Amino acid sequence: MAVKKLGIQTVKLMNPPSILETATITGSKEGEGPLGQYFDVVLSDDLYGEESWEKAESKMTREAVKLAINKANLHPDNIDYMFSGDLLNQIISSSFAARELQIPFFGLYGACSTMTESLSLSSMIIDGGYADYVIAATSSHFASAERQYRFPLEYGGQRPPTSQWTVTGAGAALLSSSGSGPYITYVTTGRVMDFGVKDANNMGAAMAPAAADTILRHFKDTGFNPAYYDLIITGDLGKVGKELAVELVKKGGYDISNIYTDCGVEIFDLTEQDVHSGASGCGCSAVVFCGYLYKQLKEGNFNRILLISTGALLSPTSSQQGESIPGIAHAVAIERSV
Amino acid sequence: MEKKLEKQLSEEFKNMVDKNNPQSSIIKDCIFAFVIGGLICDIGQFFMNLFLSFGIPEDNVGFYVATVMVFLGAFLTGLGIYDNVAKYAGAGTIVPITGFANSIVSPAMEFKREGYILGVGARMFIIAGPVLVYGISSSVIVGIIYYFIKYFVK
Amino acid sequence: MDYIRAFIVGGFICVIGQILMDKTKLTPARILVSFVTLGVILGALGIYEPLVKYGKAGATVPLPGFGYSLAKGAFKGVDEYGLIGAFTGGVTGTAAGIAAAVFFGYIMAIIFSPKMKK
Repeated sequence: MAVKKLGIQTVKLMNPPSILETATITGSKEGEGPLGQYFDVVLSDDLYGEESWEKAESKMTREAVKLAINKANLHPDNIDYMFSGDLLNQIISSSFAARELQIPFFGLYGACSTMTESLSLSSMIIDGGYADYVIAATSSHFASAERQYRFPLEYGGQRPPTSQWTVTGAGAALLSSSGSGPYITYVTTGRVMDFGVKDANNMGAAMAPAAADTILRHFKDTGFNPAYYDLIITGDLGKVGKELAVELVKKGGYDISNIYTDCGVEIFDLTEQDVHSGASGCGCSAVVFCGYLYKQLKEGNFNRILLISTGALLSPTSSQQGESIPGIAHAVAIERSV
Repeated sequence: MEKKLEKQLSEEFKNMVDKNNPQSSIIKDCIFAFVIGGLICDIGQFFMNLFLSFGIPEDNVGFYVATVMVFLGAFLTGLGIYDNVAKYAGAGTIVPITGFANSIVSPAMEFKREGYILGVGARMFIIAGPVLVYGISSSVIVGIIYYFIKYFVK
Repeated sequence: MDYIRAFIVGGFICVIGQILMDKTKLTPARILVSFVTLGVILGALGIYEPLVKYGKAGATVPLPGFGYSLAKGAFKGVDEYGLIGAFTGGVTGTAAGIAAAVFFGYIMAIIFSPKMKK
């Protein structure tokens, strides 16, 4: 019997894994943003000394994982599993990083929801008693995502006001069966939701229903109120999607507006950095969580947060074939003490 | 969310999205497009007048202007300037023939890392290809129609 | 005078494109295809010709001008070579632009690499 299951989509972790260390590597634009000081490495060259954007992104993942392991005075040999994903075709950033790291590897694709997807699976595998040390890592790169999903970098296009800017960044979190927190306490796994948005330049709107659904489901399954948390933060809805998510959650019966924000709104200065509706990309919630939020939890500025990374599960092919954009959102609750 | 709420919200959602949808400032966009598009055409006019003053016949001067404008668009793309102007100019840099050059040069540069044959060579037309397909095909159609009108109607 | 006319005609054609981009969510590729095809049709119907006479580079530099040259070339081809001219004329009339784009595109790709957007 699934004794750890709560309600329909939530798991309560009986032996909550502790987040031992995190590491973040970001591009220069992210470093210039309001959260720049919280990132471990800010690259001055977004090619990271490599020959291609894809190789640079893979190196970011690899180095972030290594850094997190080093900070904990461990060695890759000590790590039982690595859960990682990214946005590129066949998740090459993650698998090519895993090729170097030689840690047993589960590759994930959850589009931009991958950070909480990897945290969810890592904590469940630890809670289940299958592992002591697990890495959850995620990356995205503006230039590699543009060339795969949109246009060449030098193409002279105009971005509409709903468009979002893919974060260049990799975040890695090292989870352990022992440690002094912060702990991952609840995992709410999302359903794929599609309210029929077709505009690939408005991903925030496409993902907002999934985010709202997962948040509502988390409250229903756990019996918590928004007041239980100091902060509820979605992954990359941007300004447009954030407003929609608040409205949808309100229609579901909960007002989260005073403790809610979105990583894609926080990571850039929306008025100064020419990112239109905000940031997107799997790296967005990865670096905001592994950089800013983790440090705030460590310092006690937050006690309990609910992180909901949000993914748009489209491909250039599905868009060209006229499909609408399905969204997904996974929530993890992270608490300083248990 | 519950099934009933989900159904209700999915029906309301389109209106919610439209209400929250930030609009492009169309007046500002159009002014930029007009001024920069107009200036690019003036550069073309400058070269047209220049070549005419060299004694190039009027029938052929278009070839010269097209070549020079394409070169300028390609060169500014290579330098990384064209996309920065296009951010403001929008259609003002997309519609002139310099934008056609940009749409060919930018993927050629972008996919160089996939090699000179399958990268540069094959990807060069991912954006501009349709323009040639539809432009050339429709010119063949009007040419054939013109032929029949000319030889059979008369 | 040439410059003022070219500026106004060229700018105006671009504004039409901009309105389509902002209002209809048509992708730039679709707008370019429509503009070229429209240029071919207007050129064939003789409607674009007066615009070229008036606006000069303002009418030939934007993409409808490319369509106009295609149509004009196809007509010229038919006049000179008959039916086969419908196939040879369009590309002949625009050969300079197409060949320049391919050639310079290749050269630029060899010389330059794309830079990260700021």
